[in-house]
Amino acid sequence: MTDVMEKPATKETAVPVNSDKGKLKKVLVICSKGKLEDVYAALVMANGALMEGLEAKMFFTFFGLEAITKKNADHLHTATVGNPAFMPAMPTMVAGLPGFEAFASYMMKKEMDKLDMPHVTEFIQMIDAGGGEIYACKLAADMFHLKQEDLLDEVKGIITVGDMYALAEGEGTQIIFI
Amino acid sequence: METLTLAGTAVDVNAEGYLTNMDQWTPELAREMAAQYNIELTDKHFEVLNWLRAKQKEGAQLSIRKLGNSGIVDIKQFYALFPGGPLKISSKLAGIPKPASCI
Repeated sequence: MTDVMEKPATKETAVPVNSDKGKLKKVLVICSKGKLEDVYAALVMANGALMEGLEAKMFFTFFGLEAITKKNADHLHTATVGNPAFMPAMPTMVAGLPGFEAFASYMMKKEMDKLDMPHVTEFIQMIDAGGGEIYACKLAADMFHLKQEDLLDEVKGIITVGDMYALAEGEGTQIIFI
Repeated sequence: METLTLAGTAVDVNAEGYLTNMDQWTPELAREMAAQYNIELTDKHFEVLNWLRAKQKEGAQLSIRKLGNSGIVDIKQFYALFPGGPLKISSKLAGIPKPASCI
């Protein structure tokens, strides 16, 4: 009973090398969609990064721009047609009836209120207050004839795709595309 | 569960260093914990910590937004008081569990 057991390779023996190197430090969240649920996904991830002490930048492009316009930011809708996960039993014909999308969006917002989720404009203010930066895409802004004054005050600028990549510079950055 | 000696008293903490019994908390303990984050606690910090402790006792789900509406600090000041993850760090310093909040 004196044999020395060879030490099994456990997790403890695997010493992480340069543990800081792989650390997440910054996220760039690109939001290209204007549906309520997609915009919230982008906002939650950017805000969540700030809450964890990470840097966060946001870039809104194409229909995502809706989420940062003064006019429409708090009036986004969820899609009831072409969205198989939304009420699977609902026939597409019914889901496409006038007013149905507005009703579904209203119900969705009510559920969000219960979870203490802020409205889009308040969420954007929270991200701005937390040190996050919000930008709009120049090409999309030109296409939709949007100017800086049409966008929420927190939007830092209308920038090119090259400028967007510059936002992602630095070690430990991840780009999230929605 | 581990035991940590902070400010001369032994306290029970979990693997992430959060107190498992909020009644073991003292202001001195918070000061010592804060030093690890290079934060020197002011009266404003303690206002936030006491508010968090009171809300936790009520069983409220804590979030950055709620703190912003607390009337003590706005969200920007909250980030400035506890840099590097305000809700997480302030909860730890307040001796309450890590908040399970996504917003």
